[in-house]
Amino acid sequence: MVPLWMYLVVAAALFCLGVFTVLARRNAVAILMGVELMLNAVNINLVAFWRFVTPATMMGQAFVVFVFVVAAAEAAVGLALIIAIYRRRQSVVADDANLLKW
Amino acid sequence: MELTAEIVVFAVFSIITLTGGVGVALTRNLFRSALMLLVSLFGVAGLFVLLAAPFLAAVQVLIYMGAIAILIIFAVMLTRGMVTARRVMNDQWSVAAVVALFLFAVLAVIFVQVGQGESAVLPLNPTGDPPADGTAALGQALLDPAQYVLPFEVAALLLAGVLSGAIYIARDDEPDEPSQTRG
Repeated sequence: MVPLWMYLVVAAALFCLGVFTVLARRNAVAILMGVELMLNAVNINLVAFWRFVTPATMMGQAFVVFVFVVAAAEAAVGLALIIAIYRRRQSVVADDANLLKW
Repeated sequence: MELTAEIVVFAVFSIITLTGGVGVALTRNLFRSALMLLVSLFGVAGLFVLLAAPFLAAVQVLIYMGAIAILIIFAVMLTRGMVTARRVMNDQWSVAAVVALFLFAVLAVIFVQVGQGESAVLPLNPTGDPPADGTAALGQALLDPAQYVLPFEVAALLLAGVLSGAIYIARDDEPDEPSQTRG
């Protein structure tokens, strides 16, 4: 069996790629993709801990199902916001949507 | 550690996942970036199969790759002219790279420290076997009043509210309709 820490290291690498994408990309759609990468890294961690620590109860898998739901909700609302901003400003660069920035 | 088939499969799916992640972060063309996101999600589904969660792998392929990634590709297509930008990174990309690398270094050192050796806290091998029919057990846990039926119903309400809210936000209500003449 592949030990638990290897799964955790892979998930940490995926999470950090997501962090970099969110912080560094200018396009708002790319930022949402980075959020999806981070959520997937968390899902790997949840399933790995479920398999290694509490495989008898379904706690970890149930959490992953709820993360799926929240990720779908986040993607739907985020993309709707991006399309609304694009319709107003003809741009999806995050720096251009600075009306509420003080 | 000997080179078993499971290690090889784990390495293959890890490389697929991380290659997709690097592609999402660095590809200049946004459409190709979305395709790399699909690759990364597929790798995660493979890791779920390795971790004895085949139902979650199927849901990952159906919901994430089939719905969310396609939704993102739709958004890429609808915001045309933004696919190939001259600058894809903002001014703070170097700081972001340092932050991400530092975070990964800290996490990796901690995980290796607590994961192996004499003072390992994390288990090297699973502490038990999952139920024989894991999918049925998951379904019963989600609908069991003593376990997760309340979060399950709240998640259903959240999805219904969020999707109608998304339609409302993205709806085209610019004043080009004759019923909204101003003044």
